[in-house]
Amino acid sequence: MQYLDFEKPIYELEKKISELKEFADGENLEISNEIKVLSSKLEKLQKDIYKKLSRWQRVKIARHPQRPYSLDYIGYFVDDFIELHGDRGYADDKAIIMGFGKIDDRKVFLVGQQKGRDVKQRQFRNFGMCHPEGYRKALRGFTLADRFNLPVVIFIDTPGAYPGIGAEERGQAEAIARNLREMCRIKVPIVIVVIGEGASGGALGVGVGDRVYMLENSWYSVISPEGCAAILWKQNPQEKYEEAAHNLKVTAQDALELGIVDGLIDEPLGGAHRDPESTAIKVKEQIIRSLDELEGLSIEELIRGRIGKYRKMGVYKEV
Amino acid sequence: MEWFRKSSAPQKGEPKKEIPDGLWTKCKNCGEIIYVKELEKSFWVCNKCDFHFRIASQDYIRLILDDGQLEQFDDNLVSDDPLEFKDSKKYTERIKAARKKSGLNDAVITGTGNIDKKPVSISVMDFTFVGGSMGSVVGEKIARSIERALEKRIPLIIISSSGGARMQEGILSLMQMAKTSALLALLYDEKIPFISVLTNPTTAGVMASYASLGDIIIAEPQALLGFAGQRVIKQTIGQDLPPGFQSSEFFLEHGFIDFISHRKDLKRNISLALDYMAVQPPGQK
Ligand SMILES: [Zn+2]
Repeated sequence: MQYLDFEKPIYELEKKISELKEFADGENLEISNEIKVLSSKLEKLQKDIYKKLSRWQRVKIARHPQRPYSLDYIGYFVDDFIELHGDRGYADDKAIIMGFGKIDDRKVFLVGQQKGRDVKQRQFRNFGMCHPEGYRKALRGFTLADRFNLPVVIFIDTPGAYPGIGAEERGQAEAIARNLREMCRIKVPIVIVVIGEGASGGALGVGVGDRVYMLENSWYSVISPEGCAAILWKQNPQEKYEEAAHNLKVTAQDALELGIVDGLIDEPLGGAHRDPESTAIKVKEQIIRSLDELEGLSIEELIRGRIGKYRKMGVYKEV
Repeated sequence: MEWFRKSSAPQKGEPKKEIPDGLWTKCKNCGEIIYVKELEKSFWVCNKCDFHFRIASQDYIRLILDDGQLEQFDDNLVSDDPLEFKDSKKYTERIKAARKKSGLNDAVITGTGNIDKKPVSISVMDFTFVGGSMGSVVGEKIARSIERALEKRIPLIIISSSGGARMQEGILSLMQMAKTSALLALLYDEKIPFISVLTNPTTAGVMASYASLGDIIIAEPQALLGFAGQRVIKQTIGQDLPPGFQSSEFFLEHGFIDFISHRKDLKRNISLALDYMAVQPPGQK
């Protein structure tokens, strides 16, 4: 287990307990009692830290290197997954995975932004940052799902669309814009779960659907706290990430309160990486509930509902 | 409907241009000293080098619409502060200052008018107002502008000038991209034409939503167009950017706009294109 900076007291206590456990043979009462005392202390400490996470701390959990990624969730609850590749125009963007699969025998089409876990995989997946061909690959998937009447399930997890020369040459803006429009024209249910990072247009480019859920410790905003800090504080922006995250209201709870997402999915104390399997079960249950809700709708109701959902977003005054 | 409150253009103070007051000014591109009256006559384009000065939303209204007449709607929409955003300045203060400085209520003016007697629903963004950034007000006004095109079955024109989504409204700004694009899906299916005009600059969240979704897309010469900011790209790739990167000419070369129009030809080009893209009868999917 890798620990984040603010988890240091938890780490130290957990280490102590596991060291004591090595000595304990079940006969030394003193040690068993000590373990008991420390365990209850740990429980309290965990509650103290995890129940009062700052927004910036949640961003760190969303980026935890052991956090489950799209393919992990697919591994936990999707059967007979057939991965499909390529945008049929330029390339196969490895930062996006997609394919057919079954969730409890229900046939669906899955699309996910994919990060890598080790150095090599991270590079292979381009850190989860899509190029235009990634958005176009996803659109090919949506269109395929539409033609064969398969509901679409999408996992969002990206630090942003890739900012590079090739990405601009191949129309990053056009690719995202087109998806925003075309995802409103797809005639099958679209259920979205933000599982980690939802950075700006890079996330929204595969993020328009009928239901949008966020994992408790995921974040979603118009810009990353670092990007925001760099714009607002020219001097030592790295000291201002906490403030930027706070200002931007980046957390799942914030998005829910602002009326942007339909609900949150609980994570185990400390984050999804502490128990990926139980997290996956909750994600799966939410997807199934959402698909059940949407299945009965006519195409007209579905599309009208989807467009209507976004039509309502925004806060302004009339004077 | 309450929001159909009209007000006639122009209103309040004159929005600021790139041009200082005075008789003479210097071209930002070639350094030529130009008589301001001359510049006005040439649509704020340098006679020597064709540099297109940035102009205000009202100037585009005068340039594009018959008799410069806009029937303006929704000018009563103003920003709220849903995030209670505060850096060196409160967001509410920033908005107050922008309203005072620009004479505008937000970064877009919207309404209806005629182009060579053809009625259109038009939105013109204004860079003077917080960098033309798109928050809830811009998103809502553009959305209503699209709905007006749908209701009246008239073409939609959007002239963009924006650095992207407005950071101070967080995820609400981001969702304006989805909101406007969702309504453009309806317009698309109804076969009502949408002409997107890109001026300097049109980037990020605006470029990655409605600005890129025109049936045809026209750009002014040498405008900065793109998705990511140049500073960010430079940092990411660790090298300098090629000359002309993210310009109108670059966009044309890579196939993302239809053509570049000199400002003096803009009205004629839009008008001609509209003749070819007649609104189709309803229900013709
Ligand atoms: Zn000049």
